[in-house]
Amino acid sequence: MIRVVLPAHLRILAKTESEVQLDVGQPTIAGVLDALEDRYPALRGTLRDYATGQRRPFVRFFVCEEDWSHEPLETRLPDAVASGKEPFLVVGAIAGG
Amino acid sequence: MSGVRVLAGTRKGAFILTSDGKRENWEISGPHFPGWEMYHLKGSPVDPNRIYASQTSGWFGQQMQRSNDGGKTWEPVGNKFVYDGPTGTHQWYDGKPHPWEFKRTWHLEPSLTDPDTVYAGVEDAAIFRTTDGGVNWAEMPGLRNHSTGDRWQPGAGGMCLHTILLDPGNPNRMWIAISAAGAFRTDDGGTSWKPINKGLHSEYIPDHTAEIGHCVHRIAKHKSKSDTLFMQKHWDVMRSDDAGENWHEISGNLPTDFGFVIDVHAHEPETIFVVPITSDSHHFPPEGKLRVYRSRAGGNEWEPLTKGLPQSDCYVNVLRDAMAVDSLDKCGIYFGTTGGQVYASADGGDSWKALVHDLPAVLSVEVQTLP
Repeated sequence: MIRVVLPAHLRILAKTESEVQLDVGQPTIAGVLDALEDRYPALRGTLRDYATGQRRPFVRFFVCEEDWSHEPLETRLPDAVASGKEPFLVVGAIAGG
Repeated sequence: MSGVRVLAGTRKGAFILTSDGKRENWEISGPHFPGWEMYHLKGSPVDPNRIYASQTSGWFGQQMQRSNDGGKTWEPVGNKFVYDGPTGTHQWYDGKPHPWEFKRTWHLEPSLTDPDTVYAGVEDAAIFRTTDGGVNWAEMPGLRNHSTGDRWQPGAGGMCLHTILLDPGNPNRMWIAISAAGAFRTDDGGTSWKPINKGLHSEYIPDHTAEIGHCVHRIAKHKSKSDTLFMQKHWDVMRSDDAGENWHEISGNLPTDFGFVIDVHAHEPETIFVVPITSDSHHFPPEGKLRVYRSRAGGNEWEPLTKGLPQSDCYVNVLRDAMAVDSLDKCGIYFGTTGGQVYASADGGDSWKALVHDLPAVLSVEVQTLP
């Protein structure tokens, strides 16, 4: 069970609480995003561009106090996140002053 | 008694203003989707309870919302806007080829006959269509694949398809406008498109009368006159009486012919409204006076409408999708400003009042006339 924390706009869109718990097949960034979109279809297209599959520029992924935004999507997550001890944070980047 | 519902999209959410047919007292609901850019909301002419809304964000991309109860509740529908086939390139600001990239939906135009069919104008310029109430969107690729597409360039606001006009008398005919490619028309239901920019003169492109490249800001038409179109170009107010084949200027005595909005009176096809803006470098009204100009002669002869509008120290803009008319008698005219006001006239433009003063910057205004 992986814990995912969403930013406010996406929580409203998905009609869910701040933290969601997901059964993830492969404990990778892509695995988390796939499971998140399967559970909450309204989030499709919000984290990854439909056409390119790439992370949106102002969406960031934080893992165990590190910025994993630029890690390849197939990168395996640390055991602390894969086990649910630490959350996978989806963050809307500060932008615009 | 009949009533009206005003749909205002703003930089930070959507607002719905409702009134009875007198249009004196207004109820305001919102913000709907607070914090999101609401580029456009529009109701189905067939079913006024069916409303579509384009919700966008620089962070989280495009969303599409649908209401089946007149805007009381909403549900997200499909947001997958993927171009049909290879995207190819258009020209970037530096004149170099740049791949088509979907950014957002600027304008929604519900079908005149089917509440589940809607056309969407998007940036980078293309037209999409849904036939299942917004769940699935498919590009109508004939437009983007036009032989001139690789020469289209964005305007300052992006390469947006911002205007879609449907023809009540001919379901196969449709007009669109793109900044800064110009105006196009289809006569075969969107399979093929023709540039209709003859007569436009734009000094900001090397060939001032080129087939494409004109920064059309808005086109409007009266539902009863399919061949007459009115255009607010970047500079110049224009008119066509042959469905866009030829245009001629009708700026006449306007204090400036720069502006964004243009609309037509619901019951008088030769009465049109614009809001002159000083220039492309000064996006505010001349002399700090917010004036709607009305022509009852289909152009050239214009009168300022000022009663109820600020006539000093006003430096707002009125964006291209932020004017609409109702079909009550007398015709109501509505427009929103970047200063967050929504102004309305219930007497054909003779007098105005602010329905609301302090919204976020208004991006779009639509009106539904309710039974």
